[in-house]
Amino acid sequence: MDANELLNWARGPGFDIALVIFIGGMLLRLLEVLALGKKPDLSAPRGSGLSGGLRTIFSRFLPRKQVFDKEPLRIVNAYVMHLGFFVVLFFYGPHIPLFESVLGFGWPALPSGAINAVGAVTILSIVAALIFRMNSKVLRFLTTTGDYVAWLVTLLPVLTGYLAYNHMLLPYTLMLALHILSVELLMVVAPFTKLTHMFSFVTARWYQGFKAGQRGVES
Amino acid sequence: MSAPTVEKGIQAIKGQIDATVASYFSSCVHCGLCAEACLFYTETGDPRYTPINKVEPMKRIWQSEYTLLGRAKKMLGLSKPVDEQTFTDWETLVYDGCSLCGRCSLVCPVGNDISDMIRKIREGFAAAGHAPEGLIGASTRAVEIGSPMGVKLPAVQAQIGHLKKDTGLDAPLDVQGADYMVLLSSMEIMNFPEYMEAIARIMKQAGKTWTISSKAFEATNSGIQIGVSDIARVLVKRVVDAAEELGVKTVISPECGHAFTAIRWDGPNLIGRPYKFEVKHILEVLDEFVEQGLIRTEGKDDQKLTYHDPCQIARKGGVVKQPRNLLNRIASNFVEMEDGGAMNWCCSGGGGVSANERADELKMTAFKKKKSQLDALGVDTLVTACANCRLTLEEGLEEYEMDLPVVGLTEMLAEYLVEDKKEQA
Repeated sequence: MDANELLNWARGPGFDIALVIFIGGMLLRLLEVLALGKKPDLSAPRGSGLSGGLRTIFSRFLPRKQVFDKEPLRIVNAYVMHLGFFVVLFFYGPHIPLFESVLGFGWPALPSGAINAVGAVTILSIVAALIFRMNSKVLRFLTTTGDYVAWLVTLLPVLTGYLAYNHMLLPYTLMLALHILSVELLMVVAPFTKLTHMFSFVTARWYQGFKAGQRGVES
Repeated sequence: MSAPTVEKGIQAIKGQIDATVASYFSSCVHCGLCAEACLFYTETGDPRYTPINKVEPMKRIWQSEYTLLGRAKKMLGLSKPVDEQTFTDWETLVYDGCSLCGRCSLVCPVGNDISDMIRKIREGFAAAGHAPEGLIGASTRAVEIGSPMGVKLPAVQAQIGHLKKDTGLDAPLDVQGADYMVLLSSMEIMNFPEYMEAIARIMKQAGKTWTISSKAFEATNSGIQIGVSDIARVLVKRVVDAAEELGVKTVISPECGHAFTAIRWDGPNLIGRPYKFEVKHILEVLDEFVEQGLIRTEGKDDQKLTYHDPCQIARKGGVVKQPRNLLNRIASNFVEMEDGGAMNWCCSGGGGVSANERADELKMTAFKKKKSQLDALGVDTLVTACANCRLTLEEGLEEYEMDLPVVGLTEMLAEYLVEDKKEQA
């Protein structure tokens, strides 16, 4: 199989398989969660669970001062990593038609040069995340193999995308094929690692926020 | 009760795993920020006290029972099992190293209610026979005698007798249809009789009828702390039966943190139905009385004082404004502690820690957080609204040779009632 064939496989059957596993896997994980059910809170409510749940889904995007002051660099790096990943994923010109083909609508792209710079920063922040992890007593203690797997499959798409765009290291076609394959690896692995947080953070925040809203307490 | 076993522990933990727990474990990215919110970590520097690590056994059970990949791993013998050794290793993290203060739950970026998970996992530890002796003793006394400290009705009656003799005020037992049924904590009966006197004065001035039930005067609930819902249910049911029998409108939870959590929030869920009466914390009631002009105060304490928010009353109970309204009315130099309100630091003795002698040394280490907060403020008096916080604070202040009186807010308010001033004059 040469680079062109690999690229074709990655763009065709490879992507379809990955998409099925990603969507099916995430739905399965969601079902595993929801099937466990939750008893209603019978205590007399002070406030609205609905508004508490919605509020917490958004309020937790910002850190409380008390933890930010303890770990400012790590928290800023986490923002850079997440936002950088979103920008290169959703606003790089050639990515948008792919979303359009699945979703049925598109949106304007950012200039490629800007995306390239954001990509470089994102790669650095993902590497920095690993350095932070290895240098913190608490994080070293908590880290599992799954954390390293999740780290690697997050880094690879951004790294190969950057290398392909800049025609570095390998011939463009081969690097592009590897880029798409690395995205597919991420899609296949995500439902079975902590990367499920990309969706489950909504339910987690909702559950805590709902309870807090009903009880009239902060969350 | 049949003998506890590891199998029962695992079953009990499985029984606690619901959609919320599964959501929380699915969302944890091992960022470790919860450690920074936990005084057992910040004061010891030991990463084992990272809140999310305390529920690791529950995570293993969730993975191997309720996820596809985990079940596959279990079949292939690749998963880490939860066994006797796991319970032994985690017991001190789950009970000694957590006061269920809930601060971790408020900082988790993905929104995990870690404190709630620790409360849940305790069910498994108790069922597996890995609960601390101190809590087992307190729970047994609560069920058999009626109070975790072994306080019986005659002790309450004796206190009522003293109250009548010293002040001429009454604390009436078993009054049908009273406006309020007042609960007490054992500590208030044994260590802080000022509380009952304060209630009697305040109720008299407010013109409200009140009563203490001879069948259910104890507010504390060791079942909640040890994590045995069956015991918690028995203790809550006592209060509910007594209140509904007397037909009172409102039950007042005393200056005790977890008692409020037990009767206000957990209670209806334990007995499986809403109550026919309201539950309010004493500070909520006092604030209402003041707002409605039912009680009037005169004069202000001019000492520099601060307020320690009991976790279960502020962070988990939402009673944050009320103590401040009250204090500003009766104190001219009230200053906030750093992180005061919903993000307060625990006294280090909540959630059953203070009833667990094995945890004494760890508790005093964790107390350093409160010590540093108090050192930074340099106050003359420390006010709080939880008898358990109060004892823990007094113990910690003594241990670190800090000369600082600790007072309950209800009794402090009673000192500034207008009528009292007239009577004294």
